[in-house]
Amino acid sequence: MGDNLDLVIALAGNPNTGKSTIFNRLTGLKQHTGNWPGKTVMNARGYFKHNNKSFLLVDLPGTYSLLANSPEEEVARDFLCFGNPLVTVVVVDATCLERNLNLVLQILEITKKVVVCVNLLDEAKRKRVKVDLNKLSCRLGVPVVGTTARVGEGLAELKEVISNVIDQKLCCNPEPISYATPIEKALDYLEPVVAKITREQISSRWVSLRLLENSKKIESVLNSNFEVNLLESSDLKKARSEVQNIFNEQKLTVEEVKDSIVASLIKTAEQIGQEVLELERQDYNQFDRKLDSILMSKVFGIPVMLALLGVVFWLTIQGANYPSELLARMFFWLEGQLTALFMASGLPDWLRGIVIEGIYRTLTWVISVMLPPMAIFFPLFTLLEDSGYLPRIAFNLDNFFKKACAHGKQALTMCMGFGCNAAGIIACRIIESPRERLIAIITNNFVPCNGRFPTLISLAMIFLVANLENPWQSFGAALVILTVIVLSVIITLVASKLLSQTILRGLPSSFTLELPPYRRPQVGRVIIRSIFDRTLFVLARAVLIAAPAGALIWLLANFTVNEVSILNYCAGFFDPFARLFGLDGHILIAFILGLPANEIVLPILIMSYLATGSIQEFDSLGALSDLFIQNGWTWLTAVCMMLFVLNHFPCGTTLFTIFKETQSYKWTAISFLVPTLMGLLLCFLVAQSVSLLSFLF
Amino acid sequence: MQEKYIPLHRLPIGCTGRVKELRAKDNTRRRMLDLGLISDTIVEALCQSPSGDPIAYQIRGAVIALRSEEAANIMVEKF
Repeated sequence: MGDNLDLVIALAGNPNTGKSTIFNRLTGLKQHTGNWPGKTVMNARGYFKHNNKSFLLVDLPGTYSLLANSPEEEVARDFLCFGNPLVTVVVVDATCLERNLNLVLQILEITKKVVVCVNLLDEAKRKRVKVDLNKLSCRLGVPVVGTTARVGEGLAELKEVISNVIDQKLCCNPEPISYATPIEKALDYLEPVVAKITREQISSRWVSLRLLENSKKIESVLNSNFEVNLLESSDLKKARSEVQNIFNEQKLTVEEVKDSIVASLIKTAEQIGQEVLELERQDYNQFDRKLDSILMSKVFGIPVMLALLGVVFWLTIQGANYPSELLARMFFWLEGQLTALFMASGLPDWLRGIVIEGIYRTLTWVISVMLPPMAIFFPLFTLLEDSGYLPRIAFNLDNFFKKACAHGKQALTMCMGFGCNAAGIIACRIIESPRERLIAIITNNFVPCNGRFPTLISLAMIFLVANLENPWQSFGAALVILTVIVLSVIITLVASKLLSQTILRGLPSSFTLELPPYRRPQVGRVIIRSIFDRTLFVLARAVLIAAPAGALIWLLANFTVNEVSILNYCAGFFDPFARLFGLDGHILIAFILGLPANEIVLPILIMSYLATGSIQEFDSLGALSDLFIQNGWTWLTAVCMMLFVLNHFPCGTTLFTIFKETQSYKWTAISFLVPTLMGLLLCFLVAQSVSLLSFLF
Repeated sequence: MQEKYIPLHRLPIGCTGRVKELRAKDNTRRRMLDLGLISDTIVEALCQSPSGDPIAYQIRGAVIALRSEEAANIMVEKF
C-alpha cells in the first residue's frame, strides 16, 4: 500500500469522465485513457506532492454504481470500505451530472471525506450547460472543484482542496439520503447495533442498508477485513427480526426494499441535478444526436464504419510508403559502411555474418517495415478511440455478436485487439460473465494486431496490387486490408458461435452499453502519447526479440551438416507438410521462430531466404518481390500466408497474458489451438481448391 | 383486454415514454435501476442499430444501448 508516510487518496468516478486524465495530470504517469466504458480495470497507483506532503493516488475502476456486484464495482467498493483512503476524489462529468451523482451519493454513504471534481467543464460550456458549483457543494455537503483536466485547468485547486480536507481546514458534512419511512425506521434499529459490532470502522448506515438488502457478500467481506462476524451477534439477530416485523407490517418484500433504496438515490440525484444545472438550450446534445444519426444509421452505419477504417488504412499505407523506403535505403547504406569497417578491422568473418547479416539486417527490417506504419496507424486509431467512436462500432455490430451467442462488449475488446492482442485480452475483463469472457479471450487473436499489419500490407503490395500505379496501389492495398479486417471479424463471429455451441455452451448474458458523448480528441497529446507510449513500446519489444532471432537464423543458415545448412534441413523437413497449406517450409519456420513477436515473422523469412538465395542486396519492395518469386512464390502463396498471418497461434506476450487472465493451462492451450487449426483449415481449403480448379481447367 | 403499457423495445424511434414497470430480476434489475430506470423515468428511443437491435435510448441525460431482450422487460407508457 505504499509508504506509511504517503497520504492515500482514492480516485473514483463513472467511466468516461476523464478520470484517467486527472490521474495522469496529477501524477505524471501515463496511463492510457480511452473514451469507452471500463478502461481502468486494476487499481493504478501514482504519487504526487503538494505543500511538502506526499500523496499516493489510487485510481479505482470506473463504475456507475457500487451496488450491482460486477467485479470492477467490487474492487472499487472494497477499496473505499477497507483501503482507508484519507480522501476520495469523485470525478463527475459536467455534461451528464445527474447520472454521475448516483455514484457520488453512494460513495458519500461509505465515506464522508469526499471531494467532488466536476470535470469536462469545457465540454459543458460548448454544450451550454452550466453547473452551479457552489450550490452543488452546499447540497452535497462536501467541497466541489471544477476542472478541465485535459488542459490542466483547476487541478492546482483540486490539490489544494484535497490537502485542506486532510488538514481539516475544509470540512465534509454530507447530509444522509432520506429513504422511505419504513426503511428509515429499520435503519434506526440496525445502525446502533452495527456500529457496536463493527467498532465504527466502517459506515454503519451503509452496512445496515446492505443488511436490509439481504446482501450475503457484506457478511463475508466484513468477516475477512475486520474479523467481524455479523451472523453470530445475538443483538443483530434481534434487531433484524424487529426490522422483519416492520417490513411484514408494511407488506414489503426484500425486492421492494432494494428497489426503494435505489429509487431514493436516483430521485435525490435528479433533485440535486435540477437544482444545480442550468441548461441554456434544451437541445444541448443536438450535435451528438445528429452525428449518431449518421454513424449509427440503419443505412449508413456500417458503410461509414468501413469507409472510416478504409481511410485509416489508406493513410497508413500511403503515408508509410516513402519513409519506409527512405529508412531501408539509409540502413542499407549504413550496412555497406559497417561491412567495410568490419573488413578493415580484421575481425573474423563469422562474427561479421552474425552481427551484420543476422542481427543488423533483421533489426533494420523490423524498424523500416514497422516503424512508419505504426507511427501513423497508432495515432489515427487513438483518435478514433478518444473521440468516442468505438462504442458506436460495438453498437453497430452488436446484433452479429448476439447471434454468435457472445457478449456485446466483445466488439470493444476486439477493437482493442487491432492495437495489440495482449491489450485486447486484458480489456476482456469488462465482460462479466466468465463464459463470454473466455470466448472473447480465445477469439481475440483473430483480429490482426498492429504487429501483423505491416506484414499484411507488404504482402498485399507485392503480390495483389503490384500492377497498379500509385496512388491506386495504396488504395488497392487499403482495400485488401479492409477485406482482411472484414474477414477477421467474420471469422471471430464464426469461432465465437462454434465455441458457444461446443465447449463454452450458453446464452448471451444481459448487458447495457453506454454510448458516451463525443469528445474532441486532443490531437497533439494523442500523437505524442501514442507515438511514445505505444509505438516505441511495441517497437522496442520487437527489436529486443528480433536481435537474438536474427542471430539464431544466421547460425541456422550457416551451420552445415553434410553440406546442408540446419535451416535448409529444417525447412526441407517441414516443406511437404507446409505445401499442403499453400505455404513452404521456410514460411512455417518463420512463424515458429516468430512466436515471441509477430513483427519478426517477415524479417525472419527474408533472412531465411537470403541465407540460401543469391540476392544479397535489396532496398525496396521490388527486390523483395524478386526474392519471393525466386523462392517459388505465387499469388496463392501470398494469399495463404496472409490467411495464416491472420489465423495462427497468438504471440508469446499474448499467450502469457491469456495465462495470467485465465489462470489456466487448458484455456491457454485452447487459445493457442483454436486460431492455429482455423488457419491451417482455411489455408488447406484455399490451396487445395485452387490447385483442384487449375487441374480441372 | 389490451395491455395498457408497451415493452420498451416496441417504443417507436423518436418517441418518448414513461417507465411504469421493471420486470427484470436480480442483477439485471439492479443494473437497470442504476441506469435510473425507476418508475416514472422518461425514456426516449433515439435510434436503431443497422440490424434493428439493439436500440439506443436517452435515459436521464445518458445514451444507453439495450438489446431487445433487456428492453422487453421494461414496460413503458407511450406519450
